[in-house]
Amino acid sequence: MENQTFNLEAFFWDYAWPVIVVLGQSVLFLVTLLIVVAYILYADRKIFAAVQMRRGPNVVGPWGLLQSFADLLKFVLKEPVIPASANKGVFLLAPLVAGVLALSAWAVIPINFGWAVADVNLGILFIFAITSLEVYGIIMGGWASNSKYPFLAALRSAAQMVSYEVSIGFVMVTVLLCVGSLNLTHIVLAQMAGPGTMMGLPPSLLDWHWFGLFPMFIIFFISAIAETNRPPFDLPEAESELVAGHMTEYSSTPFLLFFLGEFVAITLMCALTTLLFLGGWLPPLNIAPFTWVPGPVWFVLKAFFVFFCMAMVRSIVPRYRYDQLMRLGWKVFLPISLAMLFITALVLMVFDLAPDPDAIITAPPAIVAVD
Amino acid sequence: MAAAGLFFYLFATVAVASAFMVIASRNPVHSVLFLILTFFNAAGLFMLMGAEFLALILIVVYVGAVAVLFLFVVMMLDVDFAELRSGFLQYLPIGALIGLVLLVELVLVLGANTFAVDASTVAVQPIPDLAEVSNIRAIGDVLYTKYIFFFQVAGLILFVAMIGAIVLTLSRRPGVKRQNISEQVARDPKDVKLISVKPGEGI
Repeated sequence: MENQTFNLEAFFWDYAWPVIVVLGQSVLFLVTLLIVVAYILYADRKIFAAVQMRRGPNVVGPWGLLQSFADLLKFVLKEPVIPASANKGVFLLAPLVAGVLALSAWAVIPINFGWAVADVNLGILFIFAITSLEVYGIIMGGWASNSKYPFLAALRSAAQMVSYEVSIGFVMVTVLLCVGSLNLTHIVLAQMAGPGTMMGLPPSLLDWHWFGLFPMFIIFFISAIAETNRPPFDLPEAESELVAGHMTEYSSTPFLLFFLGEFVAITLMCALTTLLFLGGWLPPLNIAPFTWVPGPVWFVLKAFFVFFCMAMVRSIVPRYRYDQLMRLGWKVFLPISLAMLFITALVLMVFDLAPDPDAIITAPPAIVAVD
Repeated sequence: MAAAGLFFYLFATVAVASAFMVIASRNPVHSVLFLILTFFNAAGLFMLMGAEFLALILIVVYVGAVAVLFLFVVMMLDVDFAELRSGFLQYLPIGALIGLVLLVELVLVLGANTFAVDASTVAVQPIPDLAEVSNIRAIGDVLYTKYIFFFQVAGLILFVAMIGAIVLTLSRRPGVKRQNISEQVARDPKDVKLISVKPGEGI
């Protein structure tokens, strides 16, 4: 009977302590992420302004660096307006869904080896599931507003997200074929060897998947833009047609949550592109000056490079028409990605390059001390 | 594991409650949203059983794609709620009968454990122990070898359904201006004529 009694100390170390650790990690991670998102927003506006030969935000703080925080205060302090004919519960749930889902996907992203809040084995599938759910924020918000423009935006985004998920899924499967694991850490570590090392070069940026799977990299980049409703695919919120789309009836904090969800989803897609195609935290050349820089720095630099490309696309390319968008998704990307999936599988089979599921690299090679 | 039991009851209770709300709520859009909540809790239950691949696929396929299209259609419906609820008593006997049949089946399946205790020991285990192989590999091993025929037939049925839907909706109306991208791109610059249009005359 002695063992059956409730042991407070064991309970603490078995249940309470892991929960406290995970909570602490999550809070730290989220605060960092939100500060990064604030500056990503600032960078987005600055790049957009620079392309248009404007100055962009330059009043709040030095060079306008505190603009995003001023915006935050402005949104939070305003009065939230709920339309009289709106479906109140769903109306308030929608921005929460949009914000929380986008943040939760970050839990599995490894910034460095072992630096993920949850290093799960099906990480990429988890992210795919979460990104496919992000459409619900828009659909629910659009429907619950009980107004024409938000409703049209909801219909548009439902069709758009479902269409581009197909090609994103195929691209992910192609990468998985080359890796043999769904763990994001393994996906990055598998990029330590590739076409470059096969040619006899030292591990370098030629080993990353962007080189071996080049067309898929481009398709993934464009689909990621479409999946996050960024211009030129921002049809759910096209201001020339639908006022502000699904956000038309929103104000104050609910609007902020939508906005935040969108930008967190964008940073997530940048991070995912980095992990899948740009070698995550690996240095571009595995020689002295590059290996001194810590992995997270490389990760952030690469993710920001992807974001810079997205911002340039946003400022330069005009918005697509809806039928062109659908054509691109179904008639161009779907056949190409399906064919590439088939070809990749064929090449892996014929040249016997398919990864051995029992021999996946699960840890980086130990650093040998030179004495 | 006390936590696993706790989560089981949490997921199971919410799943049953939201499944009830699917048929009880007055607004069809709310019904679909409750259906999504049910899917989520079912995924949670899969997760507890150690079938995390099935759980995530359930979310990707059912919540991420099927329920989106479901919601898409239901949102656009103009449903008369009074008319919808008027036939409730009329359909009650049939509904109760079907419910009873399902209940009996469930009891028979679950009761097998008590009636024939040895049944589970003689049954063939379809996949190796989950401690030995990963989830995905276990599914792949049976799906692409033993059940390949059923898998292919299911795919074929879906394919036929897809072609049927396209055939039903595809109509080429004459006189509609369509954009032909390849024609536009393949156009020779030499064929382009510049016409100066006088005001008020048109071409």
